[in-house]
Amino acid sequence: MTDTAAPISATKAPTGLLGKLEGKISWIILGLVGLFLPLLDDNYIGVIAQRAYIYWVLSAGLNLVVGYAGQIAIGWVSMLTLGAYTTAALAAGRVGGVEWHPYLALIAGGAMGAVFGVIVGLPALRLRTFYFAMTTLGFATIVTQVALAWKDVTGGGVGTPGPNFPWPFEPGWGFYYFCFILAALATWITANIGASRYGRALVAIRDAEVAAEASGIAKPKLLILIFLLAGAMGGVAGGLFSSLQSYITPDAFTFEMSVLFFIGILIGGRGSILGPALGTIILTALPEFAAPLVQWSTFLYAALLLVIVLVIPGGIADLLDYKNRRPLEQHREIVPRPELLSRILDSKSELSTIALSGIALHFGGVRAIDGLDLEIRSGEVHGLIGPNGSGKTTTLNVISGYYRPNAGQLKLNGADLPFDKPYARAGYRIARTFQTPRLVGAASVLENVMIGGTIDGSGSFAEAMLSLPRHHRDEKRLKESAARALATVGLESLANVRADRLQHSELRFMEIARALMLRPAFLLLDEPAAGLSAEEIRRLGALIKAISREGTGVLLVEHHADLIFDICDRVTVLNLGKMLAAGTPAEIRSHREVVSAYLGA
Amino acid sequence: MLVSIVSYGLAVGAVYALIGITYNVMFSASRVFSFTAGMLGMLGGVLGALFINTMGMNAVLAFVLVMAAGAVLGLVTEILTVRPVLKSIEQHLYVLSTLAFALMIQQVTAIEYNTEPQPFPVLLPIDPNSWLGIVDQKFWLPVLACVVTIVGLELLYRKTLIGRAFLAIAEDSYAARALGLPETRLRMASYAIAGVIGALAGFTGAQMLLAFIGNQAILNFYGFVPVALGGMGSNRGAVIGGLALGLFQQAANFLVGGIFASVAVFAVFIIVLLLRPEGLAGAAAARRV
Repeated sequence: MTDTAAPISATKAPTGLLGKLEGKISWIILGLVGLFLPLLDDNYIGVIAQRAYIYWVLSAGLNLVVGYAGQIAIGWVSMLTLGAYTTAALAAGRVGGVEWHPYLALIAGGAMGAVFGVIVGLPALRLRTFYFAMTTLGFATIVTQVALAWKDVTGGGVGTPGPNFPWPFEPGWGFYYFCFILAALATWITANIGASRYGRALVAIRDAEVAAEASGIAKPKLLILIFLLAGAMGGVAGGLFSSLQSYITPDAFTFEMSVLFFIGILIGGRGSILGPALGTIILTALPEFAAPLVQWSTFLYAALLLVIVLVIPGGIADLLDYKNRRPLEQHREIVPRPELLSRILDSKSELSTIALSGIALHFGGVRAIDGLDLEIRSGEVHGLIGPNGSGKTTTLNVISGYYRPNAGQLKLNGADLPFDKPYARAGYRIARTFQTPRLVGAASVLENVMIGGTIDGSGSFAEAMLSLPRHHRDEKRLKESAARALATVGLESLANVRADRLQHSELRFMEIARALMLRPAFLLLDEPAAGLSAEEIRRLGALIKAISREGTGVLLVEHHADLIFDICDRVTVLNLGKMLAAGTPAEIRSHREVVSAYLGA
Repeated sequence: MLVSIVSYGLAVGAVYALIGITYNVMFSASRVFSFTAGMLGMLGGVLGALFINTMGMNAVLAFVLVMAAGAVLGLVTEILTVRPVLKSIEQHLYVLSTLAFALMIQQVTAIEYNTEPQPFPVLLPIDPNSWLGIVDQKFWLPVLACVVTIVGLELLYRKTLIGRAFLAIAEDSYAARALGLPETRLRMASYAIAGVIGALAGFTGAQMLLAFIGNQAILNFYGFVPVALGGMGSNRGAVIGGLALGLFQQAANFLVGGIFASVAVFAVFIIVLLLRPEGLAGAAAARRV
């Protein structure tokens, strides 16, 4: 064992004004170019830029759906279609005979997009990827068919004129600035969300759904909000599009446009805002400057999509992420500092208990758990051991709400704990880790740990979107407690490293840090020592013991008998889903059946 | 009217069923839903019209060539878009890779062939006044193709050793590999078979649906509906679902107009899947943690 005191400075986030500018410099350049583009007085370039802005208003919202939440919404062009026809038809007085003011019609287009964004998005809550992709595609086809058939409102194949917006955004450079401002607004809003606990929760749903649930992230609510926003942005983009085109027909909304939006985001890179923005601009402008390519543009987009998927699934953002290619220190040691625990965990005065009685769970004919009684008390480490397939992890999954048992009761301090609601466990301060670490590989270690504290934010989605003070306080507090949790488990030097660069043992401690973010009353650990070295196991044991001494009840599922007997206050031995023995470590160690069935002589 | 609803509905339904089977054959071999199913159907019609009408080929030779093209495209799909992403942690990359490939083929077709629907030749020289001509061949050809495909697949799966190997892969690919089955080669064979079935659907259905690149998206969606509702991997579900879909669509077409038929199909599709994500005949999924 070498010197353990010196913190390893592997990577540090840039600090100070210069560091802040470094992240924003690309946006500043883009903004300045956009702001002064009219000085060129070139209408052709102006129209291309307007189109790029309009596409970006849609793509920025879609980016949250595709890039952050990982939902393959391929047919999002339908939102553009809906917004365009709503705005155009209302402004032209095709509905009810009243000509709406163009700005009101545009808002109505956004509202229409929001409504249908949710309707199209709803299946994502239950369906697998391909099914969802198919429903968005089917919807896009149907919207076009309706546009063709519903002649009174849409003008059918002949089309309908788009509105001209009056002062201050009249056609020409006025409209240009309208598009520019809305594109900037779209960027700002989505960047705020992306950097908030909501953005992190979306990425967690994408890459580590069960961990997101265990952290108390309710997928349905969050996704609906995102679909609402992305739909509204698509609708607004459609309204602008109808004005830019000055005349819209169903032919204007091809499936190829959907592909363009989609590829712009993927080229840019998932979970980034700048990358997709650049991707959208490039894809919009490219065919204009390479005239012979126009006919082949869709083919090239598709080919590009294939290349990205096969060669650089991370997109431009990954290629530009030079910071994470700096080598990490080779021989890193994890040195937990249990003395910091008192600053993370609440001091608990009253004792609480999770009690399982008569729990039974069958998978088909297999009795995974067969009438189990178990009690986890605060301040104690309860070991759960047994051979493979004896029902240890299944028990843990019942407690954390992933499985509904066929019989038996699960009570917290005498009150029933609801089954089938894993995301509700966080509210009871029941945290857990996983047998295989569940992480968001592309996010930093700090961000991964911050996910654990998602439910403790007080700012609403709208506050995060508009970057209001309460949101900033949330972020500050989350960041501080995540840093403390990392220091406690001994990973603070790796806080800004991408999580997928960590070693296996470090991921195990990262999961514990994430679980600690809940200030858990109960902590369920699923084989935390698997894959750790003997020295690491010893430190892990000390950390777990210290956690329990702060008043947290720990359930420890493990195979390492030494660790179990070292730190557990009580031990339950399972075999074939039934309790073989229960008692203090000393009693278990001398239990004849246990020794012969499991521990060996 | 009833006769035309039934004949047209069954014929279109048979094409949907065949595309559904195309999805299924690829899915069974790789757990991948491929967007190339609709593309194969589209190409079956387009290549047939190209070979017979434009190049003046004899119908039998054209049929053989179209089937061969389907098989080759199936193989390319497997090698180019499925195999590279199967090992990836990202579960859904295949959605994008197969979509990209299908779009590329569609675009080449649009540019090199035609973007408008083109007529497809009458394949069999049958006198419309003879007893064989009572029902137009454009209606019974797809149905016949569907019957032949089902019987063929059933014989393949139940009676031959290689067919049993397919089933083994579909059931549990790890175990099948552990038994020493050449998983990759069997997967390639499955994709080639799927290619032939998809092309067959397009070729036999094209007198009715015409040679048209727009068929790709339509077949992709309406071919998937029976698979999703009937339970993935189930050919029986695909056939029953496909025929029911075809009949329903045609009835709605005649009674309330095509646009409402589309909306109704879509609405039913979404509602059923929301209520039963595993399909009407499928089984619920397994553990996640």
